[in-house]
Order: sequence, then structure tokens, then C-alpha cells
Amino acid sequence: MSYVIEGTTGPWEVVIGLEVHAQVLSRAKLFSGAPTAFGAEPNSQVSFVDAGFPGMLPVINRECVAQAVRTGLGLNAEIHLWSRFDRKNYFYADLPQGYQISQYAYPIVGRGSVEIELSDGTRRKVGITRLHLEQDAGKSLHDQHPTKSFIDLNRSGVALMEIVSEPDMRSPEEAGAYLAKLRQILRYLGTCDGNMEEGSLRADVNVSVRRPGEGFRTRCEVKNVNSIRFVMQAVEAEARRQIEVWEQGGTVEQETRLFDTARGLTRSMRSKEDAHDYRYFPDPDLPPLVLDAAWVEGLRAALPELPDARRARYMRDFGLSAYDAGVLTAEREIADYFEAVAAGRDPKQAANWVMGDLFAALNRTKRDIIDPPVSAADLGALLDLMADGTLSGKLAKEVFEAMVDTGRPPAAIVEERGLRQVTDAGAIEAAVEAVLAANADKVAEYRAGKEKLFGFFVGQVMKAMAGKGNPALVNEALRRRLGRPEV
Amino acid sequence: MRPTDLTIAEGLAALERRELSALEWTRACLEAIERLNPRLNAFITVTAEQAIAAARASDARRARGEAGPLEGVPLAIKDLFCTEGVRTTAASRMLEGFVPPYESTVTAQLKRDGAVFLGKANLDEFAMGSSNLTSAFGGVENPWKRADAPELRLVPGGSSGGSAAAVAARLAPGATGTDTGGSIRQPAAFCGIAGIKPTYGRCSRYGIVAFASSLDQAGPFARTVEDCAILLRSMSGHDPKDSTSADRPVPDFRAAVSRGVKGLRIGVPREYRVEGMPAEIEALWRQGLAWLRDAGAEIVEISLPHTRHALPTYYVVAPAEASSNLARYDGVRYGLRVAQQGDHLRALYEATRAEGFGREVQRRILIGTYVLSAGYYDAYYLKAQKVRALIARDFAEAWKTVDAIVTPTAPSAAFAEGEKQDDPVAMYLNDIFTVTANLAGLPGISVPAGLDAKGLPLGLQVIGRPFDEEGVLAVGGAIERAAGFRAAPEVRA
Repeated sequence: MSYVIEGTTGPWEVVIGLEVHAQVLSRAKLFSGAPTAFGAEPNSQVSFVDAGFPGMLPVINRECVAQAVRTGLGLNAEIHLWSRFDRKNYFYADLPQGYQISQYAYPIVGRGSVEIELSDGTRRKVGITRLHLEQDAGKSLHDQHPTKSFIDLNRSGVALMEIVSEPDMRSPEEAGAYLAKLRQILRYLGTCDGNMEEGSLRADVNVSVRRPGEGFRTRCEVKNVNSIRFVMQAVEAEARRQIEVWEQGGTVEQETRLFDTARGLTRSMRSKEDAHDYRYFPDPDLPPLVLDAAWVEGLRAALPELPDARRARYMRDFGLSAYDAGVLTAEREIADYFEAVAAGRDPKQAANWVMGDLFAALNRTKRDIIDPPVSAADLGALLDLMADGTLSGKLAKEVFEAMVDTGRPPAAIVEERGLRQVTDAGAIEAAVEAVLAANADKVAEYRAGKEKLFGFFVGQVMKAMAGKGNPALVNEALRRRLGRPEV
Repeated sequence: MRPTDLTIAEGLAALERRELSALEWTRACLEAIERLNPRLNAFITVTAEQAIAAARASDARRARGEAGPLEGVPLAIKDLFCTEGVRTTAASRMLEGFVPPYESTVTAQLKRDGAVFLGKANLDEFAMGSSNLTSAFGGVENPWKRADAPELRLVPGGSSGGSAAAVAARLAPGATGTDTGGSIRQPAAFCGIAGIKPTYGRCSRYGIVAFASSLDQAGPFARTVEDCAILLRSMSGHDPKDSTSADRPVPDFRAAVSRGVKGLRIGVPREYRVEGMPAEIEALWRQGLAWLRDAGAEIVEISLPHTRHALPTYYVVAPAEASSNLARYDGVRYGLRVAQQGDHLRALYEATRAEGFGREVQRRILIGTYVLSAGYYDAYYLKAQKVRALIARDFAEAWKTVDAIVTPTAPSAAFAEGEKQDDPVAMYLNDIFTVTANLAGLPGISVPAGLDAKGLPLGLQVIGRPFDEEGVLAVGGAIERAAGFRAAPEVRA
């Protein structure tokens, strides 16, 4: 099922590659000790290195290197034990050194791949070309003063990973799925928080179109797209624009474009002729980055289980459906929560509670899995109270709601509210007796073969017991007293 | 003896014996500076008050028995080293009013060891030059005079011309310099003093205004090889703030100076006999080798076949790095800003950099930008890097047969202001014997070895194995002892 855009002159195929900039999750910047927290006062997280003062020198942050290696390993990519930093030279007010330190010729991570799954269930691999480390620039603020521009250097020197894909994607959906998958992997690895609103993750989208079976045509780069939805929209808008150019007899020129989210169109930012000559050359302040193979293996061994593996394990070991396993592994924190609930318990029951009652409670309370209204331990304890017969399923729902409201553990709520289910055979017998006596006509109908009335009797007994009767015991008592219906 | 005539070793001994105080020594230097600096222009900034206070503090430390290895030694600091709270200009209008809020590692270590800073020494703008004439604060007069034309103002060499002139004229017993292509060794030779550029990585570059990062290296000037060794020990050492600084122990350099050269093999590269070299320099070179032979060394002719490519290689690599290193001087955050209200960013850059940088700096930025440009990178920068590797390999080969290499430091004695100024290439030729040590990252020292017929000092250069400053100092010490150089410049305290 391939994605094709029908032009006026026939079908067109879309070719997409993504360059994703992911901010490395680390306390300090790539080459200075300055902190990286988002949202700080302007220019409050700037060292003399970040501000490009005379005589200041970069020193590589080991943790940022480890994060890049972890990411490379998570993308099934080659880790280059020898890589090098280059200077990318250009002038801009928010680029204090007059160059960005990046890895141009020899990136730290080489070829890898990501597997994506589409809505129809098909899976395909998207190739990773490379991943390299580089510094972010500062930020120019043009709207603070009528005649002046302000510069905030807090971001200057923050570590970024640029992750470049092969031109392997063929539809907006694939591009979206790739970015979503990449984000999921980064978040699992803990190497990027994936926060697209804050700019921790942003994508440059390379798009070209071609006739089916053709080689590549000229591509355009749509810069700095900051949501998965916009990536999908930008791909389609840019593809349609290019098709129109070709079909009107024109030629698509290689250029950099911007996506206007309000109008859903791309517009030209700069043409190839205006492209900077970055005069890349090896940064003489930094020796080549040489990694110890054993250190890399240590990072590999300590890698967390990634979403695909975790999902497969849930299907295999827990017998969950592909859908449920996918939902539960979408975020590492959800999966961790689920596994804490499921540990030593019925995994399917745990899955139902997490995806049903817990997700509903998160929605209702506007909280997230990092800070849930009910802890995984408490939810597990609730499941235990069901397993040992203390609570019926219905009572458990009631207790859960009380847990959401109060944040207290289930045992305490059961005690306080006297919600313990009745397992006393005498009390159940008495309730059954009373219900049957009050409904003699229905008893006769049941015995005459109207089997579905059984549910009615169960409901009446539970009602009489204020919902606290142990359902199994109630069923058993009813069957015994009613006998088998005559067929 | 007047304090200004003391060497560092003598001064330290006098301080130790309480025959001299740091305050007396510093005052004597400051008086000499006050008297002679208006003429020599060796200092851009004199920090007399801070120096007096530092000298008093030093005497107090010595009195408490807390004397550091350089306790009370007054020094001139090349104005390329950032000094906290003291204006650091790099001899450029661009940084005319720049006061760094931080201290370079080298100067911090000198202070730690008790040194007293007299002020900031003049230099070629951003260390680009071999005459000190590119300084935005004016040239420096070489205290030596040509016997046949005593009225001529001679250059002190460069780029560390102010440091060299200050030490030669007895304004300071020692000084710091930096050497990217010969900027310590050539002015040392022109001013009749000693100066050593250690191995790349021996001294931290942190806080030194960068010219060409892969070549820049700090080092000391002094009037004796022993004094250079004393200063170098304090300046050296691993610095985690400089990723290119070497993590290896700092030996007792001073002990190496008197070690002698018995049994050493001294290489003489045949490619250094360049056309047009004055006969006097050729003769002095032969004389130096004879002294070493007499002291027990064996002289071996060697070949460094890629030598003739060194200068063009240097003048591709150094400007390339400089063009990038100097991009930060853009008028946005500190230093000079030239802009009219309403100017666009580009106009700010153009006006600031046109006014802030002198002609030689602009020339090198343009050369560097050109050789890194798309389409020229392979032919220039990449080719130069390959040749640089070959030059380093030449030396590596040589170390298989020799322990040190001896050459002249410069192809001429000090020249007069105006003599080479209109021809940048003639000026660049000054570095012909010195750039190879920078390209290969090797230690090199210049030692005063004699006077030419016009009474101007000439230096001999000793180049050694990587991190064998001790070997270089040993050979330099032997030349110094044999030469018995006692001459002093015309203009002096």
C-alpha cells in the first residue's frame, strides 16, 4: 500500500529524509560547565566559554559523549571509536564564537536503523545515516525593544545530537511514525526529553517527489519543524508544491524553506546560491575524540530495554495483545508503572486496570504517569485485595476512586469505609433465602428453564448485601438453592 | 650591583639572603620603566600600584617562610595573557578597553609561585608580526643600536617584542611570551636574550588570546638560559581547562641547564643553509657547533627534506585558524563596537572589524578565510596539513640519529623600522628557521651567541624532541657558557 499523490499528469511518489536535532539530556553544556535548565532568566546560564570570551577554550563533557553513544546503540548504529570536532564558521549575533563546534567529517555514530510500524500494521526499517554531536547557538530576541535586538546565550553551547536519516520514507505517515519512534527511543534511553514545545527535539525535513520507479529528483529542506503533526503536514504541503512546479514545466530548485503552520504552506527561506560557505575545518582546540571499546561495551550493557523489545516481551510472556502491549510500552514510565503493578500478579488484569481505570484517572485529574494519583504499589495492593477475596471487582472500582481522591492506600480505605466484601456463608445464605422468598414467581420461571434469570437473582442478592457479597460465594449459594433449571 | 642588573637566579639568591627585598627589586624595575618606557614603548600598560602591593605581599610571605619558587621576581607579561582586572589588549584597538574577569592559567601559576607583575608588554597585534610594528599601540624600540647608524630605530622582533625589549633593557629580569611561528625565539635573538618555546601542550593556552590554536605556545624570556628554566617550570603543567595541554610531570628544568652535552649527537640540517643568509650568521652557526664539539658533543649532518615547504605551510595553517579564532571579535558582547543607530547586524560587523583590526590582522583573516573556502580548502588547507605531517615526520626521523638540532634563530639581525614593512613576504621570511618547531610542536630555544660586525646580537636556536625541554636547555646552556655573551644594549636601565 504505497502513498501516491495523483497529479494532473499522473502519480507522484514522495521521498523524505529527516535531520533531527535532539538536545542531549545532561546537567552541563557540551564544552563548558554551565548548566542547561530550560526557562532560566536570560543570560543566567552562560560561562565565559559560551560567551566566546578571549582565550576561553572548550573542554568536552564526558556525559554528553556517553549520551550520544547510548543513543547510537539504541539506534542499532555503529559507534565510531575515533571521531573529530570541526568548526562551522558563520557570523551571527547569537553565535558568540563566530563558529559552531560540530562533527562534520567524522561523526561519533555511523549507520543504524529504526523500525517503524504504520497504522495498517506493516513494519519497515528507516536507515540512520549518522549521528553527531554539536553545540546549540544562543537566541536572538527581536521583539523586546523597538530598535534593538536582544541576545540570550542560555542555550549557547548546549549539546545537541543531530540524527540524520536516509531518504527512506515515502509518506507523511511514515515521516510522522519515524519521528514518533525516534522520540520514543530517545526518551526510553533517557538521552533527550523529547519535548518538542520547548525545542528539545526539532526536525529539518528533506522532501522531493518523483515518478514511481525514477531516481531521486532535487530536494528541498523544510527547516525547524517542531511537532510530529507539523512534520506530516509540511511533507504533504511541500510535496504538493513541488508536484505543481514540475507539472507546470518548471524545475524544483534546491533551497531551504520554512513551514508556515498557520497557512499550512512552505515558503522560501534561502536559495542554494545564498547558502553559507561554512569553511569547516578541524577544531584545533579539541583533540580527536577517542573512545575506549570497553567503555562503549559498558554503556551497551547498561542500556535499558527498548520499546520494541519490551513490547515483544509483553506479548510473549504476558500474553498481551499487540495493541495493549503497544499502549503500555509507548512511554518508558508507563511500562515501568505497569510492570510494577503486574509483578507477581495477573498481567492481563494489571494491563486492564492500567489502561482503563488508571488512564481515566490520569485524564480526569490532569496528572501524568510521572506523578500519578495512585502509585503502582497501591494499585498492586488493590489487585491483591481482589485476589484474596477481600474485594469484589465492583468494590475494587469504588476503592480505586477513593484512592484517586484521597491518595491513601487501598487497605486503609477498605478499613475506614467498611467496604470489605462479605464472605460469611451464613449471611450470604440468609440474603439468598430472602431474595428467593420475595421472588417466588421468578424462581418458578427459572426452574422452568428461563436460565438467564440467574443474573437477576445475583443482582438482587448483591443489592440486598449493599454490593459487599463475595460474588463467587453468592453464585454458589444461588445455584445450590435454585438447583439446575429443567430443560 | 643594581637590582635591575640581577638575573632571576641572582635576585632569588639575594632575596633569600635578605640582601634585597621584593619591594626594592620591583621599585627598581618600575623606576626603569618610568624612565625608559616612554622611549622604548615596551609596555602597553604599567601596573605600578598593583606591583608595589604584590611586592609587599611577597616580602610578607617570605618573612613568614612561605616563599614560592618565584617569590618576589618582577615580570613583564605579554599583553596576550588575560589578567584578571587588568586591561588585556592583544595590542589591538579591538580590545583597547577589555578587562578580563579571569586569569590565564600561565599567569595564575606565576602568581601562585610568588611572581610580581609589572605590567602588560607590547606585541604585534594579536601576535601577528615579526617586528612589533603591527601593534595598535605603536612599535617597540629595540634597545640595541647599530654601530654604523646609532640614530636608527631598530625593531625588537615580534610578536613578543615588548617582552624581549623589556628584558634586554633591564626593565624586567624576565617576561612571558607566546610563540606561534617564532614569536619568542626571533625577538630573543634580536634583543640578545634567551627565550624558550616549550613543546606544544607543555603550557596551558587557557586565557591566552588565541592566534593559531594548533601552534600557539607560551614560554619565558630572560637574560640567561637558567632563568628561562626557572620561569618555565612555573609556567608548565597540565591544565584540565585546555584539552590540548599535556598531562605529564614537569621536570626540574633548572637542573638540566648545567648538565652538559658530552656524548650528545647534535644535528645540523643541511636544508637550513638558505640562500642569502649573511656570512656572519653562517659563521656564528659554525662557531656554535664547534663549541658543542669542544664540549663533547658529536656533530651530525642531517636532512629535513620538507623544510622549504615549512614557511608556506605555516602561512596557510596559521591564518586559517586565526580567521576562525578572531571571528568572535564582532562588536556584540565586549571590546570595540562601531555602529550607528539603526545599523543592521552586518553593518555593525563591517564597521567594527574594519576599524578594530589593523592591516596585518585583516590580511591574515582574508588569507585564512580564502584557504578554508569551498573550492580552495583541498588545495590549500588540506595540502598544508599534509605537508605539516611530513615536516613532523622529518623531525621524527631525525630523532633516530640525533638528540638535538642546532640552527640560527633568524636569517638576519634586527632590522630598522620601515625596512621590510612594504613587503609582507620579506617580513614572513624572518620566521623561516623557527616555524618548523611550531609546525612539529617541538621545543626550541634561542640563546644569544655573539654580535655581528655592526654590534647587533645574533642567536642560535636549539630544537629538541617532544617534551625534551631538558635536552634543549642543556644544549642551550652549553652554548651560553661557551659564548660567554656579556654584551648589553645601548639603551638600558
